[in-house]
Amino acid sequence: MNSVNTTIASEVSQPDEVAVPVQESKPAETVIEEGKTVGKPFSDDPKFKLRDVDVFYGDTRAIKQISLDIGRNEVIAFIGPSGCGKSTFLRCLNRMNDSIDICRVKGSLHLDDHDIYDPKRDVVELRARVGMVFQKPNPFPKSIYDNVAYGPRIHGLANRKSDLDEIVENSLRKAGLWEEVKDRLDANATGMSGGQQQRLCIARAIAVSPEVVLMDEPCSALDPIATAKVEELIAELSESYTIVIVTHSMQQAARVSHRTAYFHLGHLVEVNETNKVFTSPEHELTESYITGRFG
Amino acid sequence: MQPANLLLLTLVLAIVAYWLGYARSRSLAMPLGGIRHLKSLPFYYGARAALWSGIPALIVLGLWAAFQGKVIQLIVIGGLPDGMMPASQGEASLLLSKISNVASGALPPGFAEAPIVDAAERLKALQAQSRLLMSALVISVAVLAGFLGWLRIRPRLNARAQVESILKWVFFACAALAILTTVGIIFSVAFETFRFFEKVPFTEFFFGSHWSPQTALRADQVASQGAFGMIPLFTGTLLISAIAMTVAVPVGLLSAIYLSEYAGKKVRGVVKPLLEMLAGIPTVVYGFFAALTVAPFISDLAASMGIEASSQSALAAGAVMGIMIIPFVSSLSDDVINAVPQAMRDGSLALGATQSETMKKVIFPAALPGIMGGILLAVSRAIGETMIVVMAAGLAANLTANPLETVTTVTVQIVTLLTGDQEFDSAKTLAAFALGAMLFLATLLLNVIALKIVRKYREQYD
Repeated sequence: MNSVNTTIASEVSQPDEVAVPVQESKPAETVIEEGKTVGKPFSDDPKFKLRDVDVFYGDTRAIKQISLDIGRNEVIAFIGPSGCGKSTFLRCLNRMNDSIDICRVKGSLHLDDHDIYDPKRDVVELRARVGMVFQKPNPFPKSIYDNVAYGPRIHGLANRKSDLDEIVENSLRKAGLWEEVKDRLDANATGMSGGQQQRLCIARAIAVSPEVVLMDEPCSALDPIATAKVEELIAELSESYTIVIVTHSMQQAARVSHRTAYFHLGHLVEVNETNKVFTSPEHELTESYITGRFG
Repeated sequence: MQPANLLLLTLVLAIVAYWLGYARSRSLAMPLGGIRHLKSLPFYYGARAALWSGIPALIVLGLWAAFQGKVIQLIVIGGLPDGMMPASQGEASLLLSKISNVASGALPPGFAEAPIVDAAERLKALQAQSRLLMSALVISVAVLAGFLGWLRIRPRLNARAQVESILKWVFFACAALAILTTVGIIFSVAFETFRFFEKVPFTEFFFGSHWSPQTALRADQVASQGAFGMIPLFTGTLLISAIAMTVAVPVGLLSAIYLSEYAGKKVRGVVKPLLEMLAGIPTVVYGFFAALTVAPFISDLAASMGIEASSQSALAAGAVMGIMIIPFVSSLSDDVINAVPQAMRDGSLALGATQSETMKKVIFPAALPGIMGGILLAVSRAIGETMIVVMAAGLAANLTANPLETVTTVTVQIVTLLTGDQEFDSAKTLAAFALGAMLFLATLLLNVIALKIVRKYREQYD
């Protein structure tokens, strides 16, 4: 991750040091002002209220002074070149960074006005409310049923077997997987196709009825057909969940999200309505990225 | 020349052949315009010449060294006058050792009969001849083969491929050596085992519940008949192994979980090597720890609670053995738990599971086959362990399930049967081989099962 950072950084800083005439359109001239985000980073009805967030890995500063609101029932996409900090930022929202020893998070992060990083905060409860889907499908090597029932079981969401059956069926239906697997709920989940596994992971995440679903490049390991199914699913889920999706595919961001946030070298450069970001970006870096000049 | 010196000389000749081959390939390449017109690099021509010179010479040397003793013996024995011809094999070996004693000067010639002294002289002469012949043969083979190899170097010769295929056979020979050793051990045990069953019935050994291998040495000696029931030994082995595993499995497994899931990098860096050090302590040291510290402690404790316990007990031996085995379980389990992908942990934690829930419900089931494999390997280690049991559990073959009593194990009995001077035609001595064979079969079975499980597990994540 670091090496990517430094290559981009050297590209950026080179023209300042070397006295060579620079072409005007080159993004390298742009200086990013810390903590300054163009567009519309704030929202009237925020689910997440994130202010001045810094994330450190040891001495490396991976996230620099990011302030952002994520609205209720909004689908927001995080885009940006590799190593720009979008996944790191995403993982702050359900404190998945806690398992990395050297990672420190600063700033104020609130979910419905409750401090996420309050030392007294129950991480288990937070993660039950903020579910997550990972880049690579990671079903447990258990049956399909047990995968979906895992969350409800540990949180005691079902009193009877029939309740649990219902939760499992509903979750699989919402994930658009029920018709495909209803006859083989006892089969091992690792035997499913990649796309099915990822939808199973989504079903598993929504089985605990979270309020937010974080998705970290959920389609990067899937073929186009499976990707289309997952995107369809995101559109349906957006009716009842707040969804934050990290993606490398700008088309995907354009298709599924309401707002798009562009990250660059740990800075949040621009946030705006998705169609605005892709048709008339305000910041030069955003424009360079979406027109494919780098990233 | 001594074979050891000859071996060195062969190596030197091979090195010479290497340099000559190397130089010849280069000089052949020069007129063509450089070594890139050779089929292979000069190194391979040199290596090929060295192998041509060294390998046949080494084979000749090995065969000669292996068979010369036998051949010389036959000639010496055959040259004895008719009256002294040995009638049996035992007599022949007695005679031979006498002859070689005279030859080496350990026995002054005055103490031996004239034909023996003659034979000793013949032996000396033959040995000198043999050595000379061997040296000449090995050196000429090395030189000749090396020369042939050198002569046949052509720019178009694919020396690289030839060296590759020769090396393949060298590696194969090394692998075969290990397997042949195992086969040799199996056969030596198997033959003695068959001889044992000629003396003691099958049923007595397998189903007898009494072990007391004292037999009469002479026909007129008053002694017990000897009983060869292996059941008390195997129950003793099982009892002690079971005690060892009840100590080792929970402690080893839980410490593996702690190390892999909870411990920080620093703690892990200190604790893991310390734990693994337990495996490096010699078993004798464990043995006296068990015999002098743990066993008396247990019997005192039992006495204070009004339970009768002998001063040497299965419990003491088993508990200490368990401590010895902890690193086997913990180290293997730790590896297996670490092999479970991080994605599994993330998946579970992201659903709001705690660390211990994640461990219990996701990681442990996923790692279970590998952990089972590790435990089975530890069991076969426990079954084979001897020293601790000898020192701490006693020698009495009691058929009991009471861990506070003295028991003995298969391995301990093998040791007591085979230490000291033994005659190899009594059932008592041969019983050791039968026990060894049974033990070998049991641990082999366990190992096969363990490897199967471990392999199955590997397929899951690769």
